[in-house]
Amino acid sequence: MPAKRVLVITAEIALLVLVFLIIIGPMMSLFIWSVAHRWYWPNTLPQEVGFEYWKQALGMRTSLAIGAISIIPAFLLSLSIAVVVVIICMLIAIPAGYALAKYRIPFGAVIMFLFLMPNAFPQQPIFVNLLHIFTRWGLSGTVQGVVLVHILVGLVFGVWITSATFRSIPNYLEEAARSVGASRLYTFFHITLPLAAPGLLASSVFVFIASLDEFTGTFFIGLPFVSTLPMTLYSSSGYNMQFASVIAIILLIPSILFMTLIQRVLRAEYVGGMG
Amino acid sequence: MPALHLENITKRYGKLKAVDNLSLEVRDGELLTLLGPSGCGKTTVLRCVSGFVRPDNGQIYLGERKITEIPPEKRGIGLVFQNYALWPHMTVFQNLAFGLQIKKLSKDEIKQKAEQALTLVQLGGLEDRFPRQLSGGQQQRVALARALVLEPEILLLDEPLSNLDALLREQMRFEIAQIHQHAGITTIYVTHDQTEAMVISDRIAVLEKGRIMQLGTPREIYSKPVNKFVAGFMGTTHFIPGRVENVANEYVVVTTQEGLTFTGRGHGLEKGQEVDVAIRPESIRFMSPGEVTAALREPNLYEAEVVRASYVGELIDYQLKIKNHLIRAKGEVGSAHALNDRMVIKLDPDQLAVLSR
Repeated sequence: MPAKRVLVITAEIALLVLVFLIIIGPMMSLFIWSVAHRWYWPNTLPQEVGFEYWKQALGMRTSLAIGAISIIPAFLLSLSIAVVVVIICMLIAIPAGYALAKYRIPFGAVIMFLFLMPNAFPQQPIFVNLLHIFTRWGLSGTVQGVVLVHILVGLVFGVWITSATFRSIPNYLEEAARSVGASRLYTFFHITLPLAAPGLLASSVFVFIASLDEFTGTFFIGLPFVSTLPMTLYSSSGYNMQFASVIAIILLIPSILFMTLIQRVLRAEYVGGMG
Repeated sequence: MPALHLENITKRYGKLKAVDNLSLEVRDGELLTLLGPSGCGKTTVLRCVSGFVRPDNGQIYLGERKITEIPPEKRGIGLVFQNYALWPHMTVFQNLAFGLQIKKLSKDEIKQKAEQALTLVQLGGLEDRFPRQLSGGQQQRVALARALVLEPEILLLDEPLSNLDALLREQMRFEIAQIHQHAGITTIYVTHDQTEAMVISDRIAVLEKGRIMQLGTPREIYSKPVNKFVAGFMGTTHFIPGRVENVANEYVVVTTQEGLTFTGRGHGLEKGQEVDVAIRPESIRFMSPGEVTAALREPNLYEAEVVRASYVGELIDYQLKIKNHLIRAKGEVGSAHALNDRMVIKLDPDQLAVLSR
């Protein structure tokens, strides 16, 4: 019946528009702001557009406007911290995840729960307290302190995802390797690790992004000397919306890239995985 | 020198004794099956031999070597798993080559041995496939080849055919028996399927609750069971309780509460002893009226009524009623009896086992 079809199509279109508004809407605002030169109310779109703020952010143009600094140093700092954090986190999370997955550790469930704790509590109280401790240890305002905070946050993803990954690798595959003469270590590197690789990669990516985007802890511990990209975003967001939007988009890019990567990799895992 | 010697092996899980003071000698080159229901301990025994389970007590000897403390990778065993355990990220060839590479053989030797093993299991040409591209039966053959390619001292198979469909299982049984003949390797086979065990084994050890109930050839286990458990596990057995009336050489006469008299084979039984008579379908013969008259003085004649007749293609599966006992019988499709038919049956005394209660 034609009337029914019209109704269905209208409903579909309405749903699509709604999804667009809810998901893309906020993003759209970001994109528009990043290329706006002058935008005053009540105009729905900027009066003047251009890449001026992008050039300022990337250090290609200097400006005397407040907060308009090159974000390249902060970006590089965020990246280097993230890389260091991923390496240290994975060095801890891989053995820990394997042990928790394969062996009956006394209080294993408690340990897993402890790893979850940092993300379960409100962040400000935790980090204020941490600031006290770090000040005493001379770690506040240092990059090392910030790295430690990021590791704390990252280990949650690290350990939980790696242990789930290792648990998904059946014991009999490792036993089969040992039955043909492979030692425990040989088995780990030739059988377990290749099969766990997609999950471990996903874990690293989560830790990386968590570190890149980490704000609260970095704010408390890092100030006044350590300035990561999220902190630059915070500084400029009050009065320089264009600048803040540029930084926000730059922060989004790794996330989107990595999420696509994970999606690809994990799908391949299911296809090429267990039998 | 036995190929494998298990000495007083005990393994406890909490309060439960999975393996209870079990001793076993496996002869060089034989295929010995550990047969029993779920939970009888057969898999635990196999895992003790393979080294993935440490027995609480006892010793294990492979030839002259004591291997109780040695880790699995150093035992020189071949292991075939129920779910094949092929490494999914490697090709068939790589699966086979893995163990050979650990032994540091040359590339040519590896290639040669891998090809030999694949030919033995009739899978030549599939070296570059991945496990997920193979059928269940093919995967199982690769698993077998992977174990054999290392020429181990002993081959262990843990219910390898349980994951295959019935038709394939039957086929693979004979193939495994053939491969064993060809390779001549000492083998321990674990299964709960008694037909499988009887087809392939040189000897069978029937296990229950961590203990060996009986050890012997398939024929011995089937026709001369030592106790009710073994008799009930093999074939389709119905037990009728009674008391020993008379003992004459190997034959025992048993009377039951309902006034039935059975003559069967039994050992070490005394007059007045409480026993069970084990009746299997193949011991039952339908007698025509003429045969009945001729056999009037013979033992084990009974009046039976057909309670159920099921057509199973190659035969008819009956349930017969004798007094108040229901027993299963088999008959030819041609001379089928109908429901509620009455006739005389004869039970072969040589096929009736009388077991102490």
